[in-house]
Amino acid sequence: MRYLPHSDAERAEMLGVIGAKTVEDLFAAVPRAALQTESLNLPGHQPEYMVENHMHALSGKNRAAGDGPFFVGAGAYRHHVPASVDHLIQRSEFLTAYTPYQPEISQGTLQMLFEFQTQVANLTGMDVANASMYDGSTATAEAVLMACRLTRRNKIILSGGIHPHYRDVVRTYMGEGEHLVCLEASPEGQGGITAEVDDATAAIVIQTPDFYGHLRDVKSLAEAAHAKGALLIVVVTEAVALGLIEAPGALGADIVVAEGQSIGNALNFGGPYVGLMATRDKFIRQMPGRLCGETVDAEGKRGFVLTLSTREQHIRREKATSNICTNSGLCALAFSIHMSLLGEAGLTKLARLNHARACALADALEEIPGVELLNDTFFNEMTLRLSKPAAAVVEALVAKNIIAGVPVSRLEPGKPELDNLLVLAATELTSDGDIAALVAGLKEVLA
Amino acid sequence: MSMNNQGRPTAPTNDAVTATGAALLPDEPLLFEIGDTDHSGVDLPDVEITGTRLGNHARKSPLDLPGLTEPEAMRHYVRLSRLNMSIDSGMYPLGSCTMKHNPRLNEKLARLPGFADIHPLQPVSTVQGALELIDELADWLMVLTNTSAVAMSPKAGAHGELCGMMAIKAAQEARGEGHRKVVLVPESAHGTNPATAAFLGYSVKSIPANANGTVDASAVIAALGPDVAAIMLTNPNTCGLFEPEVIEIAQAVHDAGAFFYCDGANFNAIMGVVRPGDLGIDAMHINLHKTFSTPHGGGGPGAGPVVLSEALAPFAPIPFVRKDGNSRVLVEHGEGTQSFGRLTAFHGQMGMFTRALSFMLSHGGDGLAQGAKDAVLNANYIKARLEKVFSAPFGGQPCMHEALFDDSFLEGSGVSTLDFAKAMIDEGFHPMTMYFPLVVHGAMLIEPTESESKQTLDKFCDTMLELAADAKAGNLTRFTAAPMKAPRRRLDETRAARSPMLKWVAPVAEQEAAE
Repeated sequence: MRYLPHSDAERAEMLGVIGAKTVEDLFAAVPRAALQTESLNLPGHQPEYMVENHMHALSGKNRAAGDGPFFVGAGAYRHHVPASVDHLIQRSEFLTAYTPYQPEISQGTLQMLFEFQTQVANLTGMDVANASMYDGSTATAEAVLMACRLTRRNKIILSGGIHPHYRDVVRTYMGEGEHLVCLEASPEGQGGITAEVDDATAAIVIQTPDFYGHLRDVKSLAEAAHAKGALLIVVVTEAVALGLIEAPGALGADIVVAEGQSIGNALNFGGPYVGLMATRDKFIRQMPGRLCGETVDAEGKRGFVLTLSTREQHIRREKATSNICTNSGLCALAFSIHMSLLGEAGLTKLARLNHARACALADALEEIPGVELLNDTFFNEMTLRLSKPAAAVVEALVAKNIIAGVPVSRLEPGKPELDNLLVLAATELTSDGDIAALVAGLKEVLA
Repeated sequence: MSMNNQGRPTAPTNDAVTATGAALLPDEPLLFEIGDTDHSGVDLPDVEITGTRLGNHARKSPLDLPGLTEPEAMRHYVRLSRLNMSIDSGMYPLGSCTMKHNPRLNEKLARLPGFADIHPLQPVSTVQGALELIDELADWLMVLTNTSAVAMSPKAGAHGELCGMMAIKAAQEARGEGHRKVVLVPESAHGTNPATAAFLGYSVKSIPANANGTVDASAVIAALGPDVAAIMLTNPNTCGLFEPEVIEIAQAVHDAGAFFYCDGANFNAIMGVVRPGDLGIDAMHINLHKTFSTPHGGGGPGAGPVVLSEALAPFAPIPFVRKDGNSRVLVEHGEGTQSFGRLTAFHGQMGMFTRALSFMLSHGGDGLAQGAKDAVLNANYIKARLEKVFSAPFGGQPCMHEALFDDSFLEGSGVSTLDFAKAMIDEGFHPMTMYFPLVVHGAMLIEPTESESKQTLDKFCDTMLELAADAKAGNLTRFTAAPMKAPRRRLDETRAARSPMLKWVAPVAEQEAAE
């Protein structure tokens, strides 16, 4: 086995030092009935090329996004990642290090996290960000629980524009009940959020750009929440949008959570991703997750450490703010490197390019008979009402090697009024040829 | 950009242009001190936006994000990386973390476009290979654990704990036993166990360890009652010991109408050798980043699939894969099932599934069992070589994958576990886990994994014994001043917590100049 260093002679020598006859003697505490004497029904070890063949065969059964026109967004976006990002995150010292609990020999990871936290705080317009969460959906659920702790209230209002899967994760984390108000899906507009806010409300949760692509009015909702002593949580599933739309922090958001996959990270069939979470200074001690802070060493040199750990499970155990133990370190690094390469100038250009491609897509789609665009505003994603059920349309276009978007019914089944809705996105990678192919395909399928 | 840094603890101590000697251990400025908002490392067309659809939502506030050109970025991150110790650069024997070798074949395969460039919501007919891979990995996990179901979506070990405990809660509610509000947790458990139980509204009852560092079935039986929902037991436990009465404990827990959650953090010690399903577990998370070598990445991302017993399988979270004739479907909604719901937006950590399966196929079932045996052999070798000098609170019995010592051998020397750990850094070793588990004083928890050669283990043991002798001889400075050969001397953690500085702010003088 190429990953195991010992020879049989070395194993025997080590057993001698231990004073054991066989390695089985070391498993003496295991009840005999539970000890495997036969080998399990699994394949034996293989040379590297055979493993490669096997995995290539599996990989070949998938249609990669880059293999043709592709318009799926809905919480994960296909952007270009510079080659240097993937090279750097594979540096041994980043890839094979652990959580930086020994700061003197983990300054690489720690300084990166400090830079990442600053980037996320600046991008969202907030005071402070944590060192990342699993993903945007779990970050949203954690933000909701954080708001309940901060306000000592438990009613949560979820806007109808929240990604349905994010809503479902919040449900799982909070439990069903009157304390959780999930507004009906709102593919066409705002919905009556403010009417629901009362003195028991811990937070309103909205998404912008929302699941259907609409840009939401953060400021008025922040005011409505604050008037009742509630908090406003803003969810962003497309981080690139923040290059072009106003920062939620500048509009009164109290907690901002986001999916950071768009920057530096591949689609990966849904994971690993990187959840961003940012808040106001005064809320830091109720924020879950790791935090990196600046300090000095014994010689007065600047250095970084994980800090405020008394919020966390390894110190506080059952009294911790969350049971979360890890972050998405390597995905956060990819985000941070890509963001460093972009910088303000690059991110602004990238966001404008995304918006321009989406405008071109919208303009082309609006011309097609049987297609109605539901958005007045969008960043790079929009909702269409088709003259036929969207799921069948998407499936028909697969035969033409076009991945046209996500039928809303896949996320919201059993709601006939949503069956004809299609959510689709454009990014900088969407070419004029892709748009032309989609237009031609849609015309044919909808005829 | 000026390097003026008034009001900050310190400026970078050497310029970006360094002498050769210093270049090997650079003092890297922050991104915000070398980049600025005009620089960029990407070349993108600058498009005019006509007929914008942004409404009145366009950004007015500054982004304040510095950019670096590609050569600058390369150098910044390469230099930062060199301030980290890692598995590839030396032994990293963190107990309970299983820092084993991370094969690069895994990295190569995870990047195949058919895995990395597929979207979780593209049509299921276009991702059949991905679903097949998930199924194949699930099959390996079920065979290795002798269980009948596995929930693949948890994003990390603690997320897996949440998943397993949610399944337990749902199962109990389905039985009309939602009144059970107590979870038993041994005092040697990871902090995530009580935190997870509390997260779900359970109160935590602590079970003491016996003199051998394990849990007596009698102690569990004494704590069981009609209000107990579950026990969360780590096996092998955090003292590095296999729980000898685990089968009796499982039986007693089941007899009392409760469930047995097993924390699988230490599955590496028994993979292919002991099947947790044979011990009577109901749910167990498996850390793919520990046992199956998907990299720790400086703190994530991990993955924590949860194997489930037949009693809990119906309550597994959505989504899950189901075979449908020759193809596979994704069950993405809970209607018509007893699923407790959705844990995360998508299907789990595909990138980690790919790496874990690549590792399993490379090792094979035979190699995995050998890996577990070597991991146990290595830990016992360290224990045997060190326990003549180091104090092993639960010595006199073989350990599993990790060797636990306390600090009584240092008594009167003036050297603490922390000092000892920092001195190890100067000798080229990453310290072991310190002060955990909480059941012994000044704990030192050493987990070599199967990846370390005998040569490395011997050097490690020689160094540890030499350090112990030096501590006993009263050479305090070597310990209290350590580390002396690391990129930083000991860092002031109290200061960091007392006046938190959690993001970079421009130096005062620069702010004033800008106003």
